[in-house]
Amino acid sequence: MDNSNLHNLEEKFQAKIDAEIKIEPKDWMPEKYRKTLIRQISQHAHSEVVGMLPEGNWLTRAPSLNRKLILLAKIQDEGGHGLYLYSAAETLGISRDELVDQLLTGKAKYSSIFNYPSINWADIGAIGWLVDGAAIMNQVMLTRTSYGPYARAMVRICKEESFHQRQGYELLLTMSQGTDEQKEMVQDAFNRWWWPSLMMFGPSDKESTHSAQSMKWKIKRKSNDELRQAFVDATVPQAEFLGLTVPDDQLKWNEERNHYDFGPIDWDEFWSVVKGNGPCNRERLKARQKAHDEGAWVREAATAYAEKRRKRKAEKESTQVA
Amino acid sequence: MTKKEALYNYIIQTADNNLILGQRLSELCGHGPELEVDIGLTNIALDLIGHARSLYQYAAEIQNLGKDEDQLAFLRARHEYFNVLLVEQPNEDFAYTIARQFFFSVFNYLFYSELQNSNDSQLAAIAEKSLKEVAYHIRYSSEWMIRLGDGTDVSHKKMQVAVDDLWKYTAELYTMSEVDQLMLEEGIGIDLNKIKALYLAKVEEVMEEATLTIPTNGWTQKGGKEGQHTEHLGHILTEMQWMQRTYPNMKW
Repeated sequence: MDNSNLHNLEEKFQAKIDAEIKIEPKDWMPEKYRKTLIRQISQHAHSEVVGMLPEGNWLTRAPSLNRKLILLAKIQDEGGHGLYLYSAAETLGISRDELVDQLLTGKAKYSSIFNYPSINWADIGAIGWLVDGAAIMNQVMLTRTSYGPYARAMVRICKEESFHQRQGYELLLTMSQGTDEQKEMVQDAFNRWWWPSLMMFGPSDKESTHSAQSMKWKIKRKSNDELRQAFVDATVPQAEFLGLTVPDDQLKWNEERNHYDFGPIDWDEFWSVVKGNGPCNRERLKARQKAHDEGAWVREAATAYAEKRRKRKAEKESTQVA
Repeated sequence: MTKKEALYNYIIQTADNNLILGQRLSELCGHGPELEVDIGLTNIALDLIGHARSLYQYAAEIQNLGKDEDQLAFLRARHEYFNVLLVEQPNEDFAYTIARQFFFSVFNYLFYSELQNSNDSQLAAIAEKSLKEVAYHIRYSSEWMIRLGDGTDVSHKKMQVAVDDLWKYTAELYTMSEVDQLMLEEGIGIDLNKIKALYLAKVEEVMEEATLTIPTNGWTQKGGKEGQHTEHLGHILTEMQWMQRTYPNMKW
């Protein structure tokens, strides 16, 4: 393809995006658009799957049958989200095996938030309220993203995530009306999850390398800082209702801006966790690797059995014909 | 044993089977051999613990001591759990998980099928409601028994080892305990002798398709229904009861 042709295709592509027409798997798309989406969708899928680990950590110790059931259902939903998202990524011409391999080799990232430990029961509520809450801010925007399969997957995922967020908040509300020990657990969980939740929106707009192009292609529709601000504004009153103290002495309502001002994010910590040096990075990847390795014989058996069945069926059909 | 005590124990025994197996499956959540399996096993855990919950609620009502479902599920001593030994066996590998699930699900299906006719309307209703889900558990675990048994040499060997190790616990499923007998006489419980042949027929059918062999040494291990457990239950309870024991009398 010569340059003028390519230029022409790119212009038509951008015109479609500008006209709010969804891009579908078989449509022409710039190679960089495709790569950006694979990176983003697979990162999202991996986050769902790795996110099952810190929550799964409490399944066997959940303090009531009702909470155990809610937690099982939530983790099951996350596995389901992982599946739709892997499928959405596959429409861009990459296989699940390749995607999983990218996760295990560290080539693909997942949300850094899951590199923090879940160490007290209130963490389960905090993850639902804050982590799912921050994810929703991002995902509501993504229901209108320009790539059709991704946007449609997001519609379904958002519904379930907002349910999880309410359940997480309700867990904390119950504990915050309980004993002093329970209230301490809630504050302790909040102190540990607050800042990492704000980091979930990614680097600030001036530092973000992928943002400008993604906005132009309408993969993203709001900037990291806009989403982060919306999250803080929505969450602070909810924290106050729980009787919690936000671990930020610079947090203050700003009448002029009509937003909360908040203190600086520790970007050194953020980058350090992204690069693999968070509290649980190694454990999370090791757990995924272990499940993958120990499951190899199971996957091989399933493939071998499917092949045997196919052959038997073919043999049966050929004898019937003869 | 009074009729009321026997009924309480009967419900608890059924609830404990479901809870303890659900607890074992929960250990695997997020660690399955592939994502679809993770979702499938978590779904089964969810069903089982859901059934257990309805049963504990009913047991609490029968007991009538002002206890709730969680006090029954989390605050009894080891010998007051009446689940069969099979369900407390550990997840040695995926073959054990599947064999345990299959052996239990076949029983559970036949058990609920009969329990639908109980003259205790509450138990009959719980049985009827649970049956559809348990039918899926049989299908799911049978398919994996066959896939692994008739898959590769490695998977066949692993599956056979799991069957050999777990088979001794299956007879307890269809052996009548004192409580089972009392409940049968009251028209509440089911006749396990009646389901034994059906149980063995279904298991044999699947094992044959899976190219697996049933151990013939006749060795059986029992005691769970009388509160005599294997070493494993204490560890399960330590973990499961930890929050309730460490932070008593709190709402969660």
